[in-house]
Amino acid sequence: MKTYDAIVVGAGHNGLANAAFLAKAGLDVVCIEKNDYIGGATVSRNLYKDWYYSNCSYVCSLLRPEIFRALELHKHGLQVTPYGGSCTFMENGDYYASYPDHEVTYREMARHSKHDADAYVRYSADVMRQCRFIRDFLLTTPPDPTSLKPKDLRNLAKIGGKFFEMGEDRMYETIRFWTMSVAEYLDEYFESDVIKASLSGSGIIGTALGIHSPGTAYVLLHHYMGDVDGNVGAWGYARGGMGAVADALCGAFQGYGGELRAGSGVDQIIVKNGKVRGVALENGDEISSRIVVSGMDVKRTFLKCMDRSDLDEEFYNRVRHFKIRGSSGKLNIALDGLPTFPALPENSPVMDGDLHFIDSMERMERAYDDWKEGTWSKDPYIDMTIPSFTDPTMAPPGKHFMSCFIQYCPPLVEGREWTDEERDQFGETCIEQIARFSPDFKDLILHVEVRTPKEIENEAGLTEGNIFHGELTMDQLLFNRPIPGYAQYRGPVAGLYMCGSSTHPGGGVMAAPAANAAREILSDLKRSNVVPENFGDD
Amino acid sequence: MSAFEVEQGKLRTPFWPKTRAFDRLSESHDWKGYASADAYLEGGLEYFAIRNSTGVFDLSPMTKYRISGPDSLAFLDRLVTRDMKKIRPGRVAYAVWCDDQGQVIDDGTIFHLRDGEYRVCSQERHLAWFTAAAIGFDVTIDEETTRVAALAVQGPTSFSVMQNLGLDGIENLKMFGLMHFDFHGEELMVSRTGFTGDLGYELWIAPGKAEALWDALFEAGKFLGIRPIGTYALEMARIEAGYLAPYLEFIPAEETVRTGRSRSPFELGLDWLVDFSKPVFNGRRALADEQRRGSTWRLVKLDIEGNKEAHHSYVYARKGGRMINIGFITSAMWSPVCKQNIALGSVKTPHGKPGDTLWVEIYYQREMHWSRVMAKATVVDGPFWDPPRRRATPPAPA
Repeated sequence: MKTYDAIVVGAGHNGLANAAFLAKAGLDVVCIEKNDYIGGATVSRNLYKDWYYSNCSYVCSLLRPEIFRALELHKHGLQVTPYGGSCTFMENGDYYASYPDHEVTYREMARHSKHDADAYVRYSADVMRQCRFIRDFLLTTPPDPTSLKPKDLRNLAKIGGKFFEMGEDRMYETIRFWTMSVAEYLDEYFESDVIKASLSGSGIIGTALGIHSPGTAYVLLHHYMGDVDGNVGAWGYARGGMGAVADALCGAFQGYGGELRAGSGVDQIIVKNGKVRGVALENGDEISSRIVVSGMDVKRTFLKCMDRSDLDEEFYNRVRHFKIRGSSGKLNIALDGLPTFPALPENSPVMDGDLHFIDSMERMERAYDDWKEGTWSKDPYIDMTIPSFTDPTMAPPGKHFMSCFIQYCPPLVEGREWTDEERDQFGETCIEQIARFSPDFKDLILHVEVRTPKEIENEAGLTEGNIFHGELTMDQLLFNRPIPGYAQYRGPVAGLYMCGSSTHPGGGVMAAPAANAAREILSDLKRSNVVPENFGDD
Repeated sequence: MSAFEVEQGKLRTPFWPKTRAFDRLSESHDWKGYASADAYLEGGLEYFAIRNSTGVFDLSPMTKYRISGPDSLAFLDRLVTRDMKKIRPGRVAYAVWCDDQGQVIDDGTIFHLRDGEYRVCSQERHLAWFTAAAIGFDVTIDEETTRVAALAVQGPTSFSVMQNLGLDGIENLKMFGLMHFDFHGEELMVSRTGFTGDLGYELWIAPGKAEALWDALFEAGKFLGIRPIGTYALEMARIEAGYLAPYLEFIPAEETVRTGRSRSPFELGLDWLVDFSKPVFNGRRALADEQRRGSTWRLVKLDIEGNKEAHHSYVYARKGGRMINIGFITSAMWSPVCKQNIALGSVKTPHGKPGDTLWVEIYYQREMHWSRVMAKATVVDGPFWDPPRRRATPPAPA
């Protein structure tokens, strides 16, 4: 039987990026994918006629440009096009929008609150300061604070240095920021309810927390710390849908001689004498290698794909209690034309941005209350985009693809499995909310794909459908991610590595966990490094 | 109306009544007396129209000459360095013309409209030079800048826009080809040319039909992401494509005052445009000499480490443990499509061969303070951005 240098499990963006770097370094790598298509949650699916749905992840900002460049993803067809605006529709028939032009946005903010329009300058600088702090460590293995290894000490000193460099006031501010709620944070700057509601969305997306829950200010940062071509906080569309990211990564991987095996997932990671020996696939095939890299989340990796007896008890328990709660659903809609929103002026440029329908902090929190009670939000937070407005390849000319990310949507309904009927009701709830602001919307609907956490878990393999492979709270970040003592991408068994979003720096289509893991693997193999360094903002 | 003239002020092109409706910024610069938009709404988004959908650029101010008469081919062949006999009717050639010292006066595109009838498009005005060069040839040189309105229609959906415009046979038009169509009783010339390194076309028409053409074009592109673009966007695409810009990559030889500030075609990486199999062309002797002797300068395309744009930078090479200054950057940018820090530059030979490692001294400002980095750069061959769709014939529909 052939023995590979490395097996990477899961052809999502992290699995593929990790496999690509290992292959680029000259390793003989095979990447295993359970579905007969690649991408995991970074996928474009053709589920209705000539429409392509970014049916899980739907926008791109976090994908590190260093990785894009090192793997020459443009040569494999990846193009990320930024979009300009954003809008929140209000119950009173008005709206609050933001635009690519700073001064136009200022005027719009001032229409709702002159105070807030001025305050935004300071808010932006304060958030940017936090972004600048974290951005430096995205392409770095988190140091182990208990280790005396020179590398860990050096990296710890670097974090400490960056922290102290901020000065006393801002150090306090940083500690507060990383632990406080997004609602409290926004209260310190703004007075307008709709402006706060609009900004607070980024604090809860992908998270089973409400806007008043501690730790959500950091989640906001997680959505701001990416960039499109140096514009920190900007978001864009992958041309052809998010599947273009996976396709390009796979193109790079195969270009470096890597082998993709799709269609049968890993049943078990094989361990002998405390060392990894390969994987057994669901179809019965066995593949041999002394290195197995899991792109799956930690729960799926250790609880579903490993023998319990190969893992120590404390480690196993930590994995069991890793927070990875499902909180979001998705509607993917084919439209016969562009829906109109009478509140907006004609030809408003915000149609190419993200649209929302919750205009108060009260409604934001109520949406979370439903989730806590084990059901989907009856007045949900929807992050709606129409990628086809910008990207002509996603739907036929004049037709549109609408992506709705919805919060909150529980993994179980009142503790039991979703029924098909409930799934449809969930979809209806969301459609009704949008229809309240767009009278022709419902008539334009040609096809809807409704995805609760159940569908997302079954298809993309994300435990509970959690889009980040585990919540982004302080107890699960940096050297605590996924589990204290295992934050440097090495698993508890020799030859086993983790490269998915359960590891630092977490979820989103970033590929940084994959790159960091590849660097560690190459270092263990005493191979020269091919993983790029952080460009740096300064 | 061939041009809208503001007394003692900037001229406006025949498309102005249309473009002004899109203009939310009122930001323009001078292009040979015309006000040419820097951007209409947002330069960055306009750039992405070129790479993602279709961007429309008003290139009416381009200097244009009609060359006709029995000796037109002989004249052009004598004028430019490349072999014009190979450029059949219906084809377009990129060309440079040189002074007697083999220094580039300008570059431009030469459209072989019909047998023996040409259009020369260039940045600069050259009637004096062309007229002198035409002595002894039976040729007519007619400046037609204001008589032809032109739009560049560039981007991955541009082919579908052309189809929607009802241009039969456009699917067979190859790169550097041109075709004629009827548009509202006027001749519409369409060439598969451009300055973006992407799939794209240029449309040429009498000024009286300019507005009608604009309307038809934007109707055809309604669902294909069509939008007007300004020079800011075009310039980004130009650098990614590795094309030269006058006054950046070279100074027209006729305008240089200081010795050594002009460039030969060899020094601009245009060796492929110089055809010594032609017995006579202007600058031949000097260029033959230069080829024997070796050139002083070399145009380099650089892939630079990091993400700090290398504007106005010096270029260095390492020699015996020391950094020596070998030249400078002429154009620089962060390439959004390639996610690369790219630049064009002019360096002294023998440095700058493809694959060579050079160093670029970059100064950049963050919140008032300046920093400096010496970034490693690799000399690359060929354009930074060269998608297969640029060449595909027929192009894939959007």
